[in-house]
Amino acid sequence: MARLPNWARLPRYSRGPTRGLGHDPVPEAERPLVRQGHGEEFGPGSVLEVQDAVADGRIEDVPPTEQELEEMDAALDGVVLRSMTRIGPGYLLLALVLGFGTLSLFGAWLYQIFQGIGVAGINRPVFWGFYITSFVFWIGVSHSGTLISAILRVLNVEWRRPLTRGAEAMTLFSLMVGALFPLIHLGRVWKFYFMIPYPNVRELWPNFHSALVWDLVAILTYMTSSALFLFMPMIPDMATARDRTTGIRRRVYGVLALGWRGSQQQWHRLHLAMKVYTIVIIPVAVSVHSIVSWDFAMTTNEGWHSTIFAPYFVIGAIYSGVAALITVLIFVRRGLGLQEYITKFHFDRLGLILLAVSVIWFYMFFAQVLTNWYGGNPVDRELEELHIFGAMAPLWWFMVAVNVFLPFFTLWFKRVRRSLPAMVVITVLINMGMWIERYLIVVGSNVRNHLPFDWGDYTPGIPEIIIAGATFAMFAFLYVALSKALPFVSLWEVKEGWRLDKWRTQGISEEETESVEEPQPAAPLPSTSEAGEAAT
Amino acid sequence: MAIDLDLCTACQACVVACYAENNIATVGEEQIQNGRGLHWIRIERYWKTEWPQPQALFLPLLCQHCVNAPCEPVCPVFASVHSDDGLNLQVYNRCFGTRYCANNCPYKVRMFNWFKPEFPEPLNASLNPDVTVRGVGIMEKCTFCVQRIRRARQQARAEGRKVLEGEVVPACVQTCPTGALTFGDLNDPNSLVARLAQSERGYNLLEFLGTQPSITYLKGVGAERG
Repeated sequence: MARLPNWARLPRYSRGPTRGLGHDPVPEAERPLVRQGHGEEFGPGSVLEVQDAVADGRIEDVPPTEQELEEMDAALDGVVLRSMTRIGPGYLLLALVLGFGTLSLFGAWLYQIFQGIGVAGINRPVFWGFYITSFVFWIGVSHSGTLISAILRVLNVEWRRPLTRGAEAMTLFSLMVGALFPLIHLGRVWKFYFMIPYPNVRELWPNFHSALVWDLVAILTYMTSSALFLFMPMIPDMATARDRTTGIRRRVYGVLALGWRGSQQQWHRLHLAMKVYTIVIIPVAVSVHSIVSWDFAMTTNEGWHSTIFAPYFVIGAIYSGVAALITVLIFVRRGLGLQEYITKFHFDRLGLILLAVSVIWFYMFFAQVLTNWYGGNPVDRELEELHIFGAMAPLWWFMVAVNVFLPFFTLWFKRVRRSLPAMVVITVLINMGMWIERYLIVVGSNVRNHLPFDWGDYTPGIPEIIIAGATFAMFAFLYVALSKALPFVSLWEVKEGWRLDKWRTQGISEEETESVEEPQPAAPLPSTSEAGEAAT
Repeated sequence: MAIDLDLCTACQACVVACYAENNIATVGEEQIQNGRGLHWIRIERYWKTEWPQPQALFLPLLCQHCVNAPCEPVCPVFASVHSDDGLNLQVYNRCFGTRYCANNCPYKVRMFNWFKPEFPEPLNASLNPDVTVRGVGIMEKCTFCVQRIRRARQQARAEGRKVLEGEVVPACVQTCPTGALTFGDLNDPNSLVARLAQSERGYNLLEFLGTQPSITYLKGVGAERG
């Protein structure tokens, strides 16, 4: 049995406070079963305090009984399935507004197709503008979902369980949005199939030297594997939904459940497949954003052809992705009534990840600016001056303020990490900063080149502004629409987590011990203090 | 090609000739200001000294037909390719407008059709039948008047000989009143252009990038000699 640090065992149900919190000791039978996120989350006796106290070893951690576990299962199924089937007027209004926003994207795109790509503000020498900026941004956002979920799975981080589904869905949705942009920015989008290696009589193939072809391959791979990564652990939940719904839903979920009956063999295969898949998808995720960065790094353009670009983009992607994940989870939690399962504790941990990533990102960013500065290349120097002191200084300094200083001076504090309004503001600002960072790379580098006669400027066209803005509506729309179709909390993983945790703390319970031949140790395995030492 | 900067007077005749020969669309004042002109050749002007004694330097800039052309490897669909005789070609039918080639061109000589090119009456009557009229959303650029090169090559093949010196003259070279532009076969060491390329004044534009342009600029020294 793996020895886990204390904090890894936290997100679970436990008996209420027993001692050490200033309350009188209560007999175990009378202690309320404390659910995470239930009721007040701050103050004496609150869930967070209990969790902290358990983590510090100040109070005893009594796992729920088998019967209570079943009650908890039923409650979880109830909350998630109710959020999937109940459609209120507020929901319809939101879906309508977001749907209209999504339509405006396609409307603007159609207008551009019929008028010519010239309705966008791009020109010579700024051949790429808002579209490629948005592309890099959304591919970046897509990064964290799968990557965070996979890394947390590999590291066996227990508190990941209620978060993975939402994160994986985020990856898929933002990829669907991001993958539109290579099409939108084409001069002749109706010829996009030239890029696909299909057999044809003239034996014309795409140019595999081109980073854009790598891009196509990488994004399609990532999209397929992310969709599978979302779908595969959803199979048992589809079966749950099949068993608890009626009518057309029942039939659809029945098909999606792929004949899941919950047999031992099926569970074994699912676990094995997830183990392999989780490890395989990490290099896929890392390679995708490396390849997106090579779209730039493979050119001769000053400001682009930097060897740090691949890791810089990957870290930038994780950075904006974690921030987006926090924003999205806060709204999903609220919208679907998942407060009991996605707690402030999770945002606390995600906030710590965000803080760590922001520091790494700052290192990369600083290294890039520094090498440009002392590299002695006049164009690089000119670009840095333009960004730091010139016309783009407001954007550059805004980015530095929200991406470097803001997380560093706020996320150190537990109080901030556990305040949801503060986290929404911080993460949204970080993503605004990251969007601007991509803008400064895409547009900000193209406005200068080796021949000063060809220096240019860029003002986005109206379709560009509409499309870049509408992507946010489209992303939200995908979330809102599919929240009624997919369980946004992984039901079986949460339930599994509760049981694993019970067993870890308690050993196998007495009823089960009888059927097992080998004697089980009665003492908790591993005990809290041992695990604490193992963690240090 | 060799371009003698001492001889260039920036009269822009080459620009006009290029427009006429290659069916380049005019885009109007507003689009020109937006940086969307389609000049396959342009005269870049740099100020050497400031007011009140301004001295300008002129640099006719067209596709350099690089040996190591940065535009070629980045095109995802092989629309930008190298021909066997060293031309850097643009296949209009194949191009679908990623504009990656133009981003990667250090000379910024690749022109994009942002809108459908229009030739209102009576301009359509002056279209050159030898040259494709391009559509919307594709890249175009100087071809060294490939239609003239191909015609000369076919003629020479029919007569069973090599293309002769001076047999191919692109429109800009033909029009240049001072003879600043010279076109020919760089592989023939006796050709005028090959001898000019060996000149002490000769240099390649942005040669530190390693693109190996086919155009040799002959440094202008006249202004310094007075």
